[in-house]
Amino acid sequence: MSGLVMPPSDAGVLQRRDEIVAALRAIVPGEGVISDEAEMRVYETDGLTAYRQVPFVVVLPETVDQVARVLRYCHNNGVKVVPRGAGTSLSGGALPLADGVLMSMMKFNRVLDIDFDNRVAVVQPGVTNLGITRAVEHRGFYYAPDPSSQIACSIGGNVAENAGGVHCLKYGLTTNNVLGVELVTIEGEVIRIGGRHLDAEGYDLLGLVVGSEGMLGVVTEVTVRLLKQPDTARAILIGFPTNDDAGKCVADVIGAGIIPGGMEMMDRPAIHAAEDFVHAGYPLDVEALLIVELDGPKAEVDHLLERVGAIAKANNAAHIRVSETEAERLSFWAGRKAAFPAVGRISPDYMCMDGTIPRKALPHVLTRMQEMAASYGLGVANVFHAGDGNLHPLILYDANIPGDLDKAEDFGADILRLCVEVGGVLTGEHGVGVEKRDLMGEMFTDIDMDHQIRVKCAFDAKQLLNPGKVFPTLNSCAELGRMHVHKGQMPFPDIPRF
Amino acid sequence: MTDRFKPTDEKDVEALVAYALGEETPLELWSGGTKRSIGRPPQTEYGVDLSALSGIVDYDPAELVLTARAATPLAEIEKLLDDNGQMLAFEPADLGPLLGEAADKGTLAGLYGTNFAGSRRLQAGAVRDHALGIRAVSGRGEIFKSGGRVMKNVTGYDLTKGLAGSWGTLAVLTELTFKTLPKPETATTLVVHGLNPETAAIAMAAAMGSSSEVSGAAHLPADVARGFGVDGLGEGATVMRLEGFGPSVEARAGMLAEVLRPFGLAERLDTPTTATLWRAIGAVKPFAANTSLPLWRISVAPTDGPAVVAAVIGAAEGAKAFFDWAGGLVWLMLPGPDPMADTVRGAVAEAQGGHATLIRADAGTRAAVPVFQPQPAALANLARRLKDQFDPAGILNPGRMGG
Ligand SMILES: Cc1cc2nc3c(=O)[nH]c(=O)nc-3n(C[C@H](O)[C@H](O)[C@H](O)COP(=O)(O)OP(=O)(O)OC[C@H]3O[C@@H](n4cnc5c(N)ncnc54)[C@H](O)[C@@H]3O)c2cc1C
Ligand SMILES: Cc1cc2nc3c(=O)[nH]c(=O)nc-3n(C[C@H](O)[C@H](O)[C@H](O)COP(=O)(O)OP(=O)(O)OC[C@H]3O[C@@H](n4cnc5c(N)ncnc54)[C@H](O)[C@@H]3O)c2cc1C
Repeated sequence: MSGLVMPPSDAGVLQRRDEIVAALRAIVPGEGVISDEAEMRVYETDGLTAYRQVPFVVVLPETVDQVARVLRYCHNNGVKVVPRGAGTSLSGGALPLADGVLMSMMKFNRVLDIDFDNRVAVVQPGVTNLGITRAVEHRGFYYAPDPSSQIACSIGGNVAENAGGVHCLKYGLTTNNVLGVELVTIEGEVIRIGGRHLDAEGYDLLGLVVGSEGMLGVVTEVTVRLLKQPDTARAILIGFPTNDDAGKCVADVIGAGIIPGGMEMMDRPAIHAAEDFVHAGYPLDVEALLIVELDGPKAEVDHLLERVGAIAKANNAAHIRVSETEAERLSFWAGRKAAFPAVGRISPDYMCMDGTIPRKALPHVLTRMQEMAASYGLGVANVFHAGDGNLHPLILYDANIPGDLDKAEDFGADILRLCVEVGGVLTGEHGVGVEKRDLMGEMFTDIDMDHQIRVKCAFDAKQLLNPGKVFPTLNSCAELGRMHVHKGQMPFPDIPRF
Repeated sequence: MTDRFKPTDEKDVEALVAYALGEETPLELWSGGTKRSIGRPPQTEYGVDLSALSGIVDYDPAELVLTARAATPLAEIEKLLDDNGQMLAFEPADLGPLLGEAADKGTLAGLYGTNFAGSRRLQAGAVRDHALGIRAVSGRGEIFKSGGRVMKNVTGYDLTKGLAGSWGTLAVLTELTFKTLPKPETATTLVVHGLNPETAAIAMAAAMGSSSEVSGAAHLPADVARGFGVDGLGEGATVMRLEGFGPSVEARAGMLAEVLRPFGLAERLDTPTTATLWRAIGAVKPFAANTSLPLWRISVAPTDGPAVVAAVIGAAEGAKAFFDWAGGLVWLMLPGPDPMADTVRGAVAEAQGGHATLIRADAGTRAAVPVFQPQPAALANLARRLKDQFDPAGILNPGRMGG
């Protein structure tokens, strides 16, 4: 683990391990508590494998009541808790703590209700993202947000990370597709926010919970919006001689009022890696490749394919191919979808970054990234959600070369700083976790962050849920509660009164 | 109220909140003031007119992003967007006349503070779904920001969403960034006549569950239909809107007519009439004629709408209602001064979740009846703790929302 500082372990908790394990066993019987170190090893890391920590103890509750009782016990006894879904987080959101209970939600794997008339599904948090679509596709419905990890990641993890995917340009992120949650607070209170109706009453706690990275409560049920599958989907594959041309084409498509179902871009290294791996038929003599998918009624798709084709030509497109069959459409996507493993074949290790920039900054950012790559002596390949400016640079390194990981981390941090510098943000969909935690100051002042932590204090005053994630320093809630009030000087000479 | 202030920039707001903290004296905030009559009337010594915090800061049509100072009039924003072929896709409605105020006075902060989206809500999302970033001064007198100017952002907690709909009780907004979207090239509305609310809800569910991409679905019963100011809706109308590129709308109109065939023959409204009708639906036009009658805004699962209305009308003869959001948004007006809160909330309690807000009533009623949906204890506790974190001295719009 390179230089990551986690909250200090509580010696008292470490000492009372037997007692704590016994108490948890009394709540979750049988196999539901794992305390053997060898058995706990599978939980020591999530998708960000550079960081590892064997948990203090693992619990796998099966009922909401068990979740509530475990959390209440931990709250009353000052024990930290890290919730975990499928463990696919790429920002270390589910990284365990040496003195923290790891609560796996994967036994909550049932679809509870499907209500086609109101177009919602009520599911337990351990259901996989793809599992929701599988449960409703026989009636032509689907759940829109589609992270590439959708076959594995849990909807609870999606809620915690506000996960996105190719469809999000048109259909929104998790936050736009979740109508309600049942949440258990660290005090063991079960609350319901929202439901089958639109817009929960009172403060928008749902808006705060989605994307809160497991730090505000444990999600035990999710109500999601279902959409009807579009009648037709066709993709167009466009190769450009320069990144500038590709970037301009993206802007012009959106400027023309067209919001594609997906609009993905790859740079030269990514195109070559993907083509070598899956032989999707990508052109190799281009700098940038754009895949634009149009979905909807056939008449609309035909009409828009023509318009996108014309916009591409006007932007110097060197190759244009429109999918004529479903197999061809899927082949266009095959390369993009396999881009990560494809890059994995050309480099012993890679680190997947995730930042968002204003679309117009794209050519500048790509050029700067190549310059940085040269100065670090590392490779970088780019695949990204071009429509919403969400970049996924893949930094290539070799963990067996001493110092290479550190270089890759520094390079990654520089890329994220660049994103902020051009008006973007540190993470578009993978979350801050531990990975980008220490960069939060690039984007936020201490006061900005304090206001976020105040939300944490409202939900979890003792800061027992997933500490060490998102915020570089978690000021104590008592300290944050102090207010520095000076008697104001009346009158305000400068503020007009009426 | 003894003093009113009119800050002209963020620094002024910061100074004002600091002053109020020092004096331990609460503030009532307003921007355009059109929605001041919603919620419990605040009892404050000081009033803060934020309307000088106005003006577009930055608009980049190619990026689909607009930043404006908080009190920028919506009319100004909509004009600018319209000139660029864009819109706020959640379809802000002008509720001024409904609340006995002038039209066209609403502001961006007022809209964000209420999180009241219009008819396109069921397809395009709520106000908060389009808010990308904010700047604000919290009740602690500290300036903070959240979010940014890009579409995809999970950097830290999403205060931009969390503060939407907080009615000025957590922070004073000074600047807002919103996502804009291209305006549809054309629009049409299909109308089926003479359905009762139950059948209409089934028809709307079928339409929403088809791939015709309906962007507005409302049922206007006979006793209110005439009030929308569009000819030929008199016997009651179930209306569904399609928007988009010309060839697409044509194709989808054909598909939708097929889906609706079991419910009746669908008539079509042209583009201008479509615009007039949906503006009137958003503005709750039939209920703006008599602003003295109590009015409820109810959100339930779409299929539960008709039963909620039937229960209230059964108890209060002469109550009138219509349904937006495919049945899920109910506007319900009582026939006399009694808002019948227990009846309305009782009917909502029978549904599969939902809430009712008393949008319009005289000040005495609003002081006596909970305007916003009362929450279960655990949720109310959490809301209070959030208020305590952002506004520990209780100086921002005290009592406006909840306790
Ligand atoms: C190959 C690959 C591709 C990916 N592609 C994408 C992509 O396209 N888009 C994208 O957005 N992400 C992507 N990801 C990242 C990851 O899949 C998402 O962040 C996902 O949402 C994590 O879900 P999970 O169930 O694995 O959660 P975990 O990794 O187990 O946990 C993630 C976070 O959620 C919290 N959490 C989990 N369950 C709960 C719960 N029930 N209650 C409260 N908190 C909980 C944890 O505490 C942690 O903070 C990818 C990952 C991989 C490995
Ligand atoms: C003493 C007094 C005098 C008044 N004098 C006038 C007058 O001279 N002329 C006039 O036209 N009106 C006056 N009003 C009425 C008031 O201006 C309108 O009711 C109000 O401006 C409506 O604005 P809006 O439609 O933008 O939404 P608002 O009603 O302003 O706001 C809706 C909600 O959002 C909140 N909100 C608004 N802006 C912000 C913000 N920047 N940050 C945080 N929360 C916010 C509000 O507190 C409210 O809860 C007066 C009101 C009072 C109390």
